[in-house]
Amino acid sequence: MSSVSDVFQGIGAIAQGFGVTLNALFQKPLTVQYPEEPVAVYPRFRARHELRRYENGLERCIGCMLCEAACPTGAIHVEAAENDPANPVSPGERYASVYEVNLMRCVFCGDCETACPVEAIVLGHDFELAVSSRDGFLLKKEALLNPKVPNVIVRAE
Amino acid sequence: MDWINLVIIPAIKSIILVIVLLTGFAYLTWFERKLIGRFQQRIGPNRAWKFGLGHPIADALKMIFKEETVPSYTDKILFVLGPALAIAPALLIFAVIPVGPSITLFGKEIPLVVSNVNIGILWVLAVTGIGTYGVILGGWASNNKYSLLGALRTSSQMLSYELPMGILLIAILLVYGTLNLNQIVTPIVPVPWYLRAWLLLAFPVFFITMLAETSRKPFDFPETENELVAGFQTEYGSIKFALYYMTEYLHILGACGVAVTLFFGGWRGPFVDQVPILGPAYFVAKVLALIFLFIWVSASVPRPRYDQLLKFCWTFLFPLSLVYMAITAVAVVLL
Repeated sequence: MSSVSDVFQGIGAIAQGFGVTLNALFQKPLTVQYPEEPVAVYPRFRARHELRRYENGLERCIGCMLCEAACPTGAIHVEAAENDPANPVSPGERYASVYEVNLMRCVFCGDCETACPVEAIVLGHDFELAVSSRDGFLLKKEALLNPKVPNVIVRAE
Repeated sequence: MDWINLVIIPAIKSIILVIVLLTGFAYLTWFERKLIGRFQQRIGPNRAWKFGLGHPIADALKMIFKEETVPSYTDKILFVLGPALAIAPALLIFAVIPVGPSITLFGKEIPLVVSNVNIGILWVLAVTGIGTYGVILGGWASNNKYSLLGALRTSSQMLSYELPMGILLIAILLVYGTLNLNQIVTPIVPVPWYLRAWLLLAFPVFFITMLAETSRKPFDFPETENELVAGFQTEYGSIKFALYYMTEYLHILGACGVAVTLFFGGWRGPFVDQVPILGPAYFVAKVLALIFLFIWVSASVPRPRYDQLLKFCWTFLFPLSLVYMAITAVAVVLL
C-alpha cells in the first residue's frame, strides 16, 4: 500500500504533465508546410553542387582537377581543354570541357569546395535531389552552371 | 398493435442515431488527430479539403477497398463474428441515453431517446460486457500469439476495472434512487446540491475506469503497439479492422454520453425549457468537452506496465470506491 503523500505527489506529477501539454496546445505549431513554404536552412548547409561564373559571364572553373583529386568517393570527373584566346570560356589558360558530378557517389563532404582555388564549385542549398531515373543523378556541366533557385530560406547561423 | 408508436418511430430514431453515431465516429477521428497534432505542436491532417475535413472520408474509402484476407488455420466463423460482435453492442449503448427533452413533431410528442427503459444503467453495463466478447473472440480466432495476449489482457482489464466502476455506479444510483437514465437527468425528487457536489468528487475515479473500459491511452493494453504489434486486431485488415476501430471510438462516445448523463446533468442547460431543441446541442457540447479530456489524457500520460495497471485497480481504485460507496450510503440515509 502506498502512503497518502505518495498519492498526492503522483497526482501533482501527473497534473504537471497535463500542464505541459496544455501549454503546447496554445503554442504556434512548428510545422513547415514544406512544398508550399520554403524550408529554413543554415548558411553552410551543403546540398546540390553548383558551378559559378564571374560577373562578366566567364566561368570560374579553370579545369585544374583539384576537386577531382580531393573527392574522397571519386564522384567528380573533370576533363580540361585549352582556352581559345579570342573567345575564352574562363579567364585562365584552360577551362573544363567536361565537368560531371555523380550524385550517387557524392557524400556532400564539401572537400571539392575547399580544394577549389578559384571558388568555382560550391555546394548550394538545393536539396530536392529526387529523380525518376538513374541518369538524372549524373550532373552534367550544363546542369551545374544553371542551378534552379532552391526552395529554402537561409536562417541566421 | 400500435405500429406507429412501437415500431416506426423507434425505427426512425434508431436509424438517425446510427447515422449520427457513424458520421460522428468518423469526425471524432479527425477531431482527435487534429487535437493531438496541436498538443504536439503540429498542425495535424490538413491535406484533403479545408482543415483536412476530407480525411475521414478518404480513410473510409481506403478501408473499404483494401483486400480482405483471412489468415490460414483460423476459425473462420469466429474470425468474422469478432468485429460484428464488437460493434453491435457499441451502437446499442446509446439506445438508452437521453439526448434531449421531448419535442413535438407533427402533433406527436417524441422523447429524444430510443427506448426509455427502467434499467438504463444495467443495460449499458450488460451491453458493454457483451462487447468484450467481440475483442476476445477476435483475438482467439486469429490464431496469433499477439492477438491472444491482447485478448487476454482485454478480458482481465475489463473485469478488473468494471469492479470500481460498478461500485461507483452503486453510489451514484443511491443518490439518484433510480436506474432510469431519463429520471437521472430529470429527477422526480430533486437531488440536493451537496449530494451533487459529492458525486462530482467521484468523477476523476470514474473517469479513470472509463479510460480503462474503453481501452484508451494510457490503458490501451489490448493493442499496445510496441509490445503486441496491434494486439487483438493484428490479423484484421480492410473493413474488419475498420469495424474494430469504429468500436473503440463508439465506446468513447458511449462512455462520454453515460458520464455526461450521470455527472453533468445530461442535456440540461439554460433555456432548454423554452427551446427544447437546445437539449441535444448541450448534450453534444458536454460530450465533446469530455472527449477533449480523453484526448488530453492520451497526449499527456505514458502507458504504465501491465502489472501496474492491475495493481492500481485492485489496491487503489477498488478500496477507494468501496470507501466512497460506504460514505455515500451513510450520507443518503442520514441527510
